[in-house]
Amino acid sequence: MTAVVCTLAVLTPLFLIFGYLLLEGFSSLNVSFFTQLPKPVGEVGGGMANAIAGSLTLIGMACLLGLPIGVLAGLYLAEYGHGSFGWAVRFCADVLNGVPSIVIGIYAYTLVVLPMKSFSAYAGACALGVIMLPIVARTTEEMVKLVPNSLREAALGLGVPTWRTTIWVVLRTARGGIITGIMLAVARIAGETAPLLFTAFGNQFWQRGLGGPISSLPVQIYTYAISPFDDWHRQAWAGALVLLTLIFLTSLSVRLLTRGQFRAPR
Amino acid sequence: MPNKLEVHHLNAWFGAVHALRDISLVVPDGAVTAMIGPSGCGKSTLIRCLNRMHEVVPGARAEGQVLLDGHNIYEPGVDAVQVRARVGMVFQKPNPFPTMSIFDNVVAGLRLNGVRRSRRELAALAERSLRQAALWDEVKDQLTASGVSLSGGQQQRLCIARTLAVEPEVILMDEPCSALDPIATTKIEELIHELKGAYTILIVTHNMQQAARVSDYTAFMYLGKLVEFGPTEKIFTTPEQKETEDYITGRFG
Repeated sequence: MTAVVCTLAVLTPLFLIFGYLLLEGFSSLNVSFFTQLPKPVGEVGGGMANAIAGSLTLIGMACLLGLPIGVLAGLYLAEYGHGSFGWAVRFCADVLNGVPSIVIGIYAYTLVVLPMKSFSAYAGACALGVIMLPIVARTTEEMVKLVPNSLREAALGLGVPTWRTTIWVVLRTARGGIITGIMLAVARIAGETAPLLFTAFGNQFWQRGLGGPISSLPVQIYTYAISPFDDWHRQAWAGALVLLTLIFLTSLSVRLLTRGQFRAPR
Repeated sequence: MPNKLEVHHLNAWFGAVHALRDISLVVPDGAVTAMIGPSGCGKSTLIRCLNRMHEVVPGARAEGQVLLDGHNIYEPGVDAVQVRARVGMVFQKPNPFPTMSIFDNVVAGLRLNGVRRSRRELAALAERSLRQAALWDEVKDQLTASGVSLSGGQQQRLCIARTLAVEPEVILMDEPCSALDPIATTKIEELIHELKGAYTILIVTHNMQQAARVSDYTAFMYLGKLVEFGPTEKIFTTPEQKETEDYITGRFG
């Protein structure tokens, strides 16, 4: 009974948000929303095609930066991070996890935007990648720690070197949990707005290369939502609906695609 | 019979705890040797020293000589990974890889080491190993099923098949039947009989009858020391040490 109530309590906000987004945003969704650029104020129609593509680009680039480092750091922490260095890395990751995303945006602004003298997809991806890092590292660590020691010993006992054991047995067994962590991190950065404001900046047109300003759904939603135009508000609702659906679909497809042949018993 | 393994003055520690004290014994080639003794006496630690699995535990170390075919496996420069390929191990709790099928579990030793073999060779190896482990007839129609879908006794035989597939010379068994029911235990014991001769087997057991049934030699250990070692028949009928006699007659332990 309690379990049912708790489940409902968790699911209700999700359904409320999703339902309200559907209510407000669905009517503005049409083919041109996904295929066209934003139209100037006053003109009817237009879409967020550039923002959708931009968001996907930014998330992809952030993953290129955040996933390898994050997963390897988590693996290191779980398998070898028993000493003071491991403690320091863990502490830093936790602090980094608590740093407001806008501060990470400033860091990316200082380190990437200023030297390049331009807002860019690189800068935005740097900021998002850094936000991903601690989430991915810490969930990977926790998941790898759950892998029973008996499996490591089984592989070592077969004459398999430690590094192969770590990759092919430990990482593989923890895969499901690590992917959940990655999806959490992706969902988190997909919705980040603040660090993109002065790194990726935003763009009303298709971006030209990764070295220039790039549009993204959250920034576009933000821009439209604070505008005084009803038409843009409707577009913002639709954008929010698309963003949420995008996150939902990526989670779902990654989960289905990487579903192992067998599940580790828990 | 030549000696497959010779242990000379072996000491082992877990941190500051002195777990093995000056152990020396010789294990004849192709024989089954049982290790008996009360819990915590160092039986498992001893066999884990024989394939350098002891040092895997953080803070654990060992000193002394363990000669495998006359070569000290604790010599500097000897690769522990190579030793473990020659001295296989079956653990107390069946531990098949949960992410792998039955087939993949059997050939895991090759696959995980990146050894490339043709599909046919792998299939032949898997069948031979599973037959040796007396599991083939039970699983031949479900080789692609998960290794953890089997019963406990089958899982343990799967682990034995996995060990055999690496073609070791020595097999260490750390209480392989303690998690199994009597029928599964009987199967494993029959299997040990089958494997005897082709492999040198060391088995840790808490079950005195089992030691008497399966082994040619028995080592009795107590408080980290080797109290007595000799032919099983002698240890169980006319032991030389009072402690051995007390233990096997159930007066302590």
